[in-house]
Amino acid sequence: MDFNYSEEQDMLKTMARDFLTDKCPKTLVKEMEEDEKGYSPELWKEMVELGWMGLVIPEEYGGSGMSFLDLAVLLEEVGRACLPGPYFSTVVLGGLPVMNYGTEEQKQEYLPRIAGGEAIFTLALTEESAGYDAASIAVTAKADGDSYVINGTKLFIPDAHIADYMLCVARTDEKAEAENGITVFIVDARSPGISTTLLKTIAGDKLCEVVFENVSVPKENILGELDRGWDIVTKTIEQAAVAKCCIILGAMQQSLDMTVDYAKERQQYDRPIGSFQVIQHYCANMATDADGTRFSTYEAAWRLSEGLSCTKEAAVAKAWACEAFERVSTLAHQIHGAIGCTTDHDLQFYTRTGKSAALSFGGGDYYREIVAREMGL
Amino acid sequence: MDFEFTPEQEKFRQELKDFLEDELKQGTFQPSCDAWIQGYSPEFTKKVSQKGWIGLTWPEEYGGKGRSHIDRLILTEEMLRYGAPAACHWFADRQIGGGILRYGTEEQKREILPKIIAGEAYVGLGLSEPEAGSDLASLRTRATEDGDDYIVDGQKMWTSCGMFMNYLYMVARTDPDAPEHRGISEFIFPTDLPGVTITPTIDITGSTAWAEVFFDGLRIPGKCLIGEKNRGFYQVVNQLDYERAGLERLMGNYPLFDAIIEFVKETKKNGKPLSGDTLIRQKLAQLQVEFEIGRLLTYKVVMVMEEGRAPNVEASMAKAYSTSFERRLASVTMDILGLYGQLWAESKYAPVLGMCSHSYLASTGYSLQAGTSEVLRNVIATRGLGLPSV
Repeated sequence: MDFNYSEEQDMLKTMARDFLTDKCPKTLVKEMEEDEKGYSPELWKEMVELGWMGLVIPEEYGGSGMSFLDLAVLLEEVGRACLPGPYFSTVVLGGLPVMNYGTEEQKQEYLPRIAGGEAIFTLALTEESAGYDAASIAVTAKADGDSYVINGTKLFIPDAHIADYMLCVARTDEKAEAENGITVFIVDARSPGISTTLLKTIAGDKLCEVVFENVSVPKENILGELDRGWDIVTKTIEQAAVAKCCIILGAMQQSLDMTVDYAKERQQYDRPIGSFQVIQHYCANMATDADGTRFSTYEAAWRLSEGLSCTKEAAVAKAWACEAFERVSTLAHQIHGAIGCTTDHDLQFYTRTGKSAALSFGGGDYYREIVAREMGL
Repeated sequence: MDFEFTPEQEKFRQELKDFLEDELKQGTFQPSCDAWIQGYSPEFTKKVSQKGWIGLTWPEEYGGKGRSHIDRLILTEEMLRYGAPAACHWFADRQIGGGILRYGTEEQKREILPKIIAGEAYVGLGLSEPEAGSDLASLRTRATEDGDDYIVDGQKMWTSCGMFMNYLYMVARTDPDAPEHRGISEFIFPTDLPGVTITPTIDITGSTAWAEVFFDGLRIPGKCLIGEKNRGFYQVVNQLDYERAGLERLMGNYPLFDAIIEFVKETKKNGKPLSGDTLIRQKLAQLQVEFEIGRLLTYKVVMVMEEGRAPNVEASMAKAYSTSFERRLASVTMDILGLYGQLWAESKYAPVLGMCSHSYLASTGYSLQAGTSEVLRNVIATRGLGLPSV
């Protein structure tokens, strides 16, 4: 039992913090919210040079072969910096499933390009129902010779407008039970018949509507097995949920740090507001929420790294993180007062990006149901 | 990072489980809430002693086993999970032995530690007084030097295991002229001395786990002083970290959690098990989530102890959080059981062994003992986050 980072993880964290503080100021975050692409190609290139794209990709495919736990450390800093762009989509939603379920040919083709920053990936999973259950998948893929033809609409797909590839989750057997007729396809995002429309969201984080209209995908682009894709989706949701917890943790810790600094500086009634007991107790509650998120998130990330079962731990972490973030964010705003609600202040970035991460890949109710099942209820 | 126990530690856990299962089968105890603080069983304590599980972390030269704080965490986790009656030795094992090891004389170590380890010294805690709760430094009990002895006059309240203790650990004022924090000393002495009167405090559940202790001209030898005279407040502050640090703050009513989970699985309403009800599933799953967070916060405390640091902020955080979980567990259970939840254990209709009514009432005190949640949040804010004390 050991809750501490390794020396290498400490170094990774420090390096990421320094780099992002320098290269990803809030002026850039704001600019990217308004930018149609939503990311800075220059910054992307520098991240590639630091080896971030291929962090968890094995060395034989051009990566560094580090662990999911190492990635978790980096993602916490990504959350702390509100890093805009398709890093999460490419590395977590695209890279990990290809790494875990791809054929040797698929890995040879895509992983070096992800590691080299040449391919942007995303996962086209959710649809109109906005649910993460198999029954929500209505987009179809029908066999047509050596190809499949995909039709339907995906919603809330991150970075689809700039993606080179999408992992599209489609129903290939409409007669089978919900979970048994689903297949994951690696789709060239520039294939004819795909149209994307940006959705306007609170975090400005480039979620898209993606319409597939008779999109032809070669058979060899199936990831994993035909009709057996739901297992891939389930595992990917689990990894993505833990990864989102890291983003939430970063946002939460930064909100707390900013709030404590502000409470020490802000004077009212001739004393710092942080000397009032009510403010102190708010901050103590925030710190407890942040530590609870930290330990549960890293426990889940560690289990994923070790290849251990993680269903319960991931569910506990995400169920907790979503609601802890809500509490921390509310108190951070209360302590900051009105200034925290303005676009001139940095707090609002975390309020928006943290909430977006909390909504992604299932919220409290969704994960409590998983916990209930794990409890044998 | 590593979130698992080693195979040796898992083996130890299994040994504990086997022992506790055996004791259950033999009828030594029935699982109950608050058994760590209210479960009086000299017989059980003696058996735990014979297994070598009291003073587990203490140095071998004083009869301890020199094992890690993680081993003790596992030990307490299983005792609490089973609701085992460990009150006779819990306090001495948790904090008094450590205090004596840190500040006591060689003679005290040689005399008292082996008695604790043998499961024969039941040590009560004499800290609070009628006018000194959170503000412990304002205590009024006096210990006045008289030759080689001290004469003690005053009163203690909320003395844990006061009704069966045979030793009392106590703090008293030894210099009334010094500033409050600098005139307090720690003592430990047998309770069968003239001048000691013990009266039970009947709490909201009807339990007499606490007592009032009156001192009227009590004469104790100078060798009962622990550590340095007038430095007792600073010594006890350290000890309080350990008092707050344990899983008993999270798992004090754990048997109720197991019981309500079984209850909803087995009980049907309109022909369907209660465990199928979405609202009940969500409530119990939320408790499980909160429990896991409390478990990790408390494990963190033990990691800090293992690194040789006093778990000040970490213990405050874990305790403030965990006691509020225990309260919610009782409250959610009461909601699920409805009218039946209010029945005392002796009622033939009482579900979950009547633990719900007891726990619901007892849990009102969890956030008050050993540092109120307000005091603990002050610690987190000022010492942990560096917010200014004014």
